[in-house]
Amino acid sequence: MKNIGLVILVILLLAGCENNEKFKNSLDTPQISESDIEYFQNLVGDTVLFTVDQSGLRPDAISILKAQADWLKEKKFLPITVEGHADEQGTREYNLALGARRATAVREFLIAKGIDQDRISIVTYGKERPLRVCSNEDCWSKNRRATTVVGKKIVE
Amino acid sequence: MVKQSVLKFLKIIFLISVLFTNFSIVVGQEKEAPKLDMTVNKGVIKPISLAIPSFIKESGANSIISRELAKVISNNLDGTGLFRSIPQASYVSTPLSFNSPVQFDDWSIVNADVLVVGSVGLKPDGRLEVKFRLWDVSQQKEIGKGKKYFTNSESWRRISHKISDTIYTRVTGEGAYFDSRVVFVSETGPKDNRTKRLAIMDQDGANYKLLKHPPSLVIAPRFSPTSNKIIFTGYETGKPRVYLMDLSSEEITALPELKGMSFAPRFSTDGNQIVLSMSENGNTDIFITSLVKGTKRRLTTNSAIDTAPSFSPDGTRVVFESDRGGGQQLYIISTEGGEAKRISFGKGRYATPVWSPRGDLIAFTKIKEGKFHIGVMRVDGTKERLLTTSFLDEGPAWAPNGRVLMFFRETPGIAGAPSIYSIDISGRNLRKIKTSSFASDPNWSQILN
Repeated sequence: MKNIGLVILVILLLAGCENNEKFKNSLDTPQISESDIEYFQNLVGDTVLFTVDQSGLRPDAISILKAQADWLKEKKFLPITVEGHADEQGTREYNLALGARRATAVREFLIAKGIDQDRISIVTYGKERPLRVCSNEDCWSKNRRATTVVGKKIVE
Repeated sequence: MVKQSVLKFLKIIFLISVLFTNFSIVVGQEKEAPKLDMTVNKGVIKPISLAIPSFIKESGANSIISRELAKVISNNLDGTGLFRSIPQASYVSTPLSFNSPVQFDDWSIVNADVLVVGSVGLKPDGRLEVKFRLWDVSQQKEIGKGKKYFTNSESWRRISHKISDTIYTRVTGEGAYFDSRVVFVSETGPKDNRTKRLAIMDQDGANYKLLKHPPSLVIAPRFSPTSNKIIFTGYETGKPRVYLMDLSSEEITALPELKGMSFAPRFSTDGNQIVLSMSENGNTDIFITSLVKGTKRRLTTNSAIDTAPSFSPDGTRVVFESDRGGGQQLYIISTEGGEAKRISFGKGRYATPVWSPRGDLIAFTKIKEGKFHIGVMRVDGTKERLLTTSFLDEGPAWAPNGRVLMFFRETPGIAGAPSIYSIDISGRNLRKIKTSSFASDPNWSQILN
């Protein structure tokens, strides 16, 4: 009986630990340091979204890009590639050109915020690399995007 | 029709059908309209009824080839919508030898308008000898002269296509297009992780073959005028760039003198120049590069998106799309540069213009009220006609005769995927081309040599 009680206690303790871990994880992610690229991707936000057929930076994009610039200034050694994307509602060539416009808009904003222009290359994927695959505005709005990829440089 | 030659009848029907569709918008005002045959008026064509028995087997020929030759020809011709093959099982007789007199009664009893008699034999040097003659059953006379071909036995399908072309041109008066190939993008994998590969096939989907290239993304291959090279956009260096591939060696070379991101290339009719679009600092413009001199010159300087250029067959002009007026519209510019002239004015967005090899029409993609269409218009922008409609129809490509288009249609949603279709410029005869994978970005070669 004593032994069984002990086992139950141990199990309860273990379960408690596990619950505690889960709880902590859902509150924040202390194991990611601010200098990690993962921090940039998830907490700064590496992606900004665009309005249909537009490459102008929206207010939500500008606040993300300001935070991106602050983070990138601290990482002077990392090259950056901005990838421009479009949703599936346009033709292939036009969407390539539109993706280039979007990537350029982000690049120019980051340069204006003090990031060295030689660090930033751009690439357009047009509608070739959708993030979401449904065919309605839910997905399209997420696919009209520019993503700042840290550590990647395209050789000209 | 009773005593009229089948040949003349069909030519007239074909002509009327094309005329009718061209003038359909203003039918009330056209003087010719009342003359139109009522069956045509309803958009229905009575196809010419075709008898094509298996080819007569001569001296050591393979019986599979003798059957397949006839089958490929009837598939080609049936696929035009202008012919309908009579099932072989209903024939009351079959020709015994190539030169024996035609039993016209046996063919009129099964309602054949046209009869094809062919033979195949094996020569001592291993080549196939293929012969055929085309007969007008009601007139009981030969249409044109018989033809004879020699080929190695692997190339028998091409002979079928050449014979199909001869029958098609003799009966309809239109240019040939069956002995041609299609280069396209084969797509596999889920929508958010597609693998795209350059691929090539005969126009009927046979002889499908993947081309060798690095695994990075590839887009929109297009044939050189002699069909021995393709030009395409690839991401081998991480950004879109234009590459040439020699189809016999599958060797790839990057187009020189291009900075920034380049895409949407097409050959000029003489094969010496490439027109393409290049994106620098977010601005996409049209450029012409000379493959001979290795030079590049800018054709447009607008700050709008100028892309998807296509040469006129005589090489003096380029049609392209631009959003300089606000939305995507079609423009024509001289290859010498200067002012671009807008040719599309309808509601919606116009994209991917392609100049017909005959020079008379521009095919395009139109996006209107959330639907995509393939359409054609005259070079001056008049007589616009939309031929298709769906969630996503895109990228028309002309058949060598300028009378048929291929394009790709993508279905919506999570499982959405592209397939290649063809359609007559009359708007009739929409057909899906069978491919062993998803397929997009078709481009049609010229007639092969």
